[in-house]
Amino acid sequence: MSGANSLRMGPDERGRFGDFGGRFVAETLMPLILDLDKAYKDAKADPSFKEEFDYLLKHYVGRPSPLYFAERMTEHLGGAKIYFKRDELNHTGSHKINNCIGQILLAKRMGKPRIIAETGAGQHGVATATVCARFGFPCTIYMGAKDVERQAPNVFRMKLLGAEIIPVTAGQGTLKDSMNEALRDWVTNVESTYYLIGTAAGPHPYPEMVRDFQSIIGKETKEQMMEAEGRLPDMLIAAVGGGSNAIGLFHPFLDDRDTKIVGVEAGGKGIDTDEHCASLTAGKPGVLHGNRTYLLQNYDGQIDEGASISAGLDYPGIGPEHSFLKDSGRVEYVPITDDEALEAFQLLTKLEGIIPALEPSHALAEVVKRAPKMDKDQIIVMNLCGRGDKDVFTAARHLGVDLQGE
Amino acid sequence: MTARMDAKFAALKEQNRPAFVTFVMAGDPDFDTAQAVINGLPAAGADVIEVGMPFSDPMADGPAIQLAGQRALEAGQDMKKTLQIVRNFRENDDTTPIVLMGYYNPIYIYGVDTFIADALVAGVDGLIIVDLPPEEDEEFCLPAIKAGLNFIRLATPTTDDARLPAVLANTSGFVYYVSMTGVTGSALSNPTDVAEQVNRIKGHTDLPVCVGFGIKTAADAERIGKDADGVVVGSALVSAIGDSLKDGKATKGTVSAVHDLVADIAKGVRAARA
Repeated sequence: MSGANSLRMGPDERGRFGDFGGRFVAETLMPLILDLDKAYKDAKADPSFKEEFDYLLKHYVGRPSPLYFAERMTEHLGGAKIYFKRDELNHTGSHKINNCIGQILLAKRMGKPRIIAETGAGQHGVATATVCARFGFPCTIYMGAKDVERQAPNVFRMKLLGAEIIPVTAGQGTLKDSMNEALRDWVTNVESTYYLIGTAAGPHPYPEMVRDFQSIIGKETKEQMMEAEGRLPDMLIAAVGGGSNAIGLFHPFLDDRDTKIVGVEAGGKGIDTDEHCASLTAGKPGVLHGNRTYLLQNYDGQIDEGASISAGLDYPGIGPEHSFLKDSGRVEYVPITDDEALEAFQLLTKLEGIIPALEPSHALAEVVKRAPKMDKDQIIVMNLCGRGDKDVFTAARHLGVDLQGE
Repeated sequence: MTARMDAKFAALKEQNRPAFVTFVMAGDPDFDTAQAVINGLPAAGADVIEVGMPFSDPMADGPAIQLAGQRALEAGQDMKKTLQIVRNFRENDDTTPIVLMGYYNPIYIYGVDTFIADALVAGVDGLIIVDLPPEEDEEFCLPAIKAGLNFIRLATPTTDDARLPAVLANTSGFVYYVSMTGVTGSALSNPTDVAEQVNRIKGHTDLPVCVGFGIKTAADAERIGKDADGVVVGSALVSAIGDSLKDGKATKGTVSAVHDLVADIAKGVRAARA
């Protein structure tokens, strides 16, 4: 399946997916990026690395995650059969842990015990702090000052796990600024430090590496689908912020051309407003955080702030492989608004007894639009990449319910 | 034009003194004030002027230069206006080399070919693009050099001898040695280490080696200038602008605050080998 026309061959030696990706970093970091690339190649070739990764995914994370047939949701929508890939059942409650296990094993291998990471809502921060606790590594998390306030439970979790939280006030104090700040830390502490990026973006080899660690989602889905239905699904749907859960599900299916693939971006208050995070739908290619990719930016190449009800999608860029998949036409990317996501969030809770995170609620809103138009013998798989515990306060606020008596 | 840069360093070599390279941000705190600051730098003692192109996400810069960029962007600075500042400067000064320094995205969005053409017309001599390592030379570095602009590369403590030739391969004008791992504006490294590093780089190239990151005072400049071909001061000047502002706006003292500091540090630069 991976011949000359395969879409699964990227990136090339320079870290490019077509014109996207690359290694746009300061000279101080360049030798580190090259070291990382080499270390990752070595690790991939070493069966003991994969063995340890698989062992931890099974016994620590709880994989494989189930592929669940959502009977009542299917009935309610009255069209295609709907399956959920239940990565929200992973340890720490989202897909983020898959990547963290892979990268902490690499950091250990490279002898770089000090771990730094950026986080928006705190899911990647919690997953990073978790693996650092498990391996006994010191952990520093950069988090926008506003997010530190808004996501108090996750901040407390990270502290319990032994991480140091540094609130970022530089720039606008958002996820992209946290990433800038983590890069500044890395540029300063090059000898000791491993930067554990949480999404399939950044300079090469991060987009490839994060995708590879997350591809377990798609690999399992393929096997489980064959077992359940004896065939591959007609459609995959996943939310994209930086794009790691989506690329994890999509990548093993890229050459299965009968499976349609849809990525769902945060449409915020609508892409005709200034408040959204739909970099692929409304942005244009540029260079930020080490890679060329679609970005929200102004006429002068200054990066805009994203906005979404879901802090996990609140990033003005997108992993470079998604930019490539958009331009190649293999994956269709569509926006979903805050309101549509919030409605889907409530629907899933009521129909299936699953409280989803706001990120996959965006994917679900697209399922709600598409499933009724499909035949009853067609199949959709949606990546339910995170659970909604972290979002109940946000959801309550938007639904006009006062939980904290503020 | 690479000629201005080469002539300047040749003249300084003749005088046996290091170059004083000054950095300020274009448009900080507003277009007119920045223009006045830049126009007066040579008279205050600057030999080469680096002009920052503001960017929303300056990943390799410390707080002082981040804030300068934010002030400039808030005041409406963009790439067109940055090139205009250089054009205006050139009306009265045709010898002081000007280096534009910043990040790639605003250039990429402006359009690489248009940018190179406009920069040459404006009178730009060189470029320092922080996030374009040699691995991405085809993007912009090679066309810029071909058009006659200097492409000045940063070498850092992590650039070892194995990597140095790749970094120097397409470098022209001068080499900018970043004296530490870290962001702009951090503390100065041990001068002995710096001397060693400068000599290490000189073993690989005939280009002048200028040293930056952490040089804030005349005394710093004097120490570093003993071994380096040039001394770069940025964060200290940009902080002088920041400190002179009232409610974010320029005051009567803003322009002179920078020029006084430049004149003071220039004494250190000139005393380095005296």
